[in-house]
Amino acid sequence: MAKIMKANIRKIVTFVEETRTEMGRTVNPPTRRAAAAAVIENPCAGTYVEDLSELMAIGEELGELLTLRAVAALGIPATRVESYGKAAAVGENGELEHAAAILHPKLGAPVRKVLGKGAALIPSSKKRGGLGVALDIPLGHKDAAFVRSHFDGMEVRINDAPRANEIVVAVAVTDSGRPLPRVGGLTQAEIKGEDGLR
Amino acid sequence: MPEVQVRKKVTAVEEIFHEGGPVSSTPLCRAAALAVIRNPFAGSYVKEIAGFMEDLKPLGLEMARSLVAALGGDPMIVEGYGKGAIIGSAGELEHGALWHVPGGYAMREILGDAKAIVASTKKVGGPGTRLDVPITHINASYVRSHFDAMEVGLSDSPCADEILLALVMTTGPRVHARVGGLKASEIKGEDGLR
Repeated sequence: MAKIMKANIRKIVTFVEETRTEMGRTVNPPTRRAAAAAVIENPCAGTYVEDLSELMAIGEELGELLTLRAVAALGIPATRVESYGKAAAVGENGELEHAAAILHPKLGAPVRKVLGKGAALIPSSKKRGGLGVALDIPLGHKDAAFVRSHFDGMEVRINDAPRANEIVVAVAVTDSGRPLPRVGGLTQAEIKGEDGLR
Repeated sequence: MPEVQVRKKVTAVEEIFHEGGPVSSTPLCRAAALAVIRNPFAGSYVKEIAGFMEDLKPLGLEMARSLVAALGGDPMIVEGYGKGAIIGSAGELEHGALWHVPGGYAMREILGDAKAIVASTKKVGGPGTRLDVPITHINASYVRSHFDAMEVGLSDSPCADEILLALVMTTGPRVHARVGGLKASEIKGEDGLR
C-alpha cells in the first residue's frame, strides 16, 4: 500500500457475482455486484475502550479503499454504480460498538465521494462472530432508498477471519438491481433524487 | 392467488444486559418472528407473482403483533425494526421481494404509522441458512444508536419449495452506543430519515 494506513490490514478480499439466468430465464444484461472486505487488527480488542475515535478514522480510510476496490472489481466507472451497502464483523475479543465506530461516523462520506453521488442512507449490518462468519451486506439504491428493484443483499464470508483481535469490514456495490425484478414499487426511472428516499 | 401455507413459526427474543461495559439500567431486547411458508411459485418461472403480496398481509400483521407481544405487549417500547426473507432452492430471489410490502407495512401499522423505511435483506439458501436482518430506528433512519442487526435462521428451513419470512423489532439503542450521530431525542419525524 502506497500511503501509510491507520488500519493494520491483514488481507483484502474482493468478490464479484454475475447472474446470467434465473429459473431458466436469461437475465439480460446479467446483474453484477461486487464486495471488497478488509481484515484489520482491532486496536480496541480485549478491553473496554471508551473513546473509539481511532476506529472512526480507520472507517474513513476503509470507506475510500474498499469502495475503490469493489468498483474496480466490478469493472465499471464509479458513476455507474446503482446500489450499495456496508457491513462489519468483529472478532470475539471486540465489541459490536467497534463495528459501529468503523461503519457509521466516517465511512460513508468517502464512499459517496468515490461514487460521485449517493443521496440515500447506506444500508448496513454488523455482528460479532468467529472465523468464517457470514456477513449479509444489505443493498439499497444509492440515490433513492425506496427503489424496490434494488432492495437486495449480498453474503460474504472469509474462512480465516475475523480472528479474535480482528475486524472484517466490507463494502458492496452493484451495477444493477435484482435479476428479473417484477414486484412493482418505485422504479429507477422515477427517481427524483432529492431526499435520498424517492 | 394461492393461499398462504405456514409450516412453522418461531419467535426468538434476546435480552442484552451488557457487552463488556457498564450494565444497562434497561436491557436491550431484540425479537424476531419467523414463518416458514410454502413457496407457491417454486420450481418454475412464474411471471405474475405480485398478487401474493396481498395474500401475505394477514400473516404480516400476525407476525408484527406477535413481536409486540413477545416484547411485553406495548407497541410504544419498540424503537427499531427490520425484515428479511430466505428463499428455498426451488425459488428465486424475487419471491423474497414479495415480503417488502406485507411485512414492512404490517409493522409500520402496528407501531402507529412508523415513518422510516424498514431495513431489509434477502437471499436464496438451503436449510440452516442464517440471515443478518438489518435494523434501523422506526421513525428516523439516520438515528445512529439504533443501527443494529439480528441474525436469524432455522436448522430445517427453508426447504427447496419454501420461504422463510422474518420480522425483527428492538426496544432501544445498541447496549453501549457511543459513536455519536443523530440521537433518538433529536428526531424531527417529518421525512422518516431524521
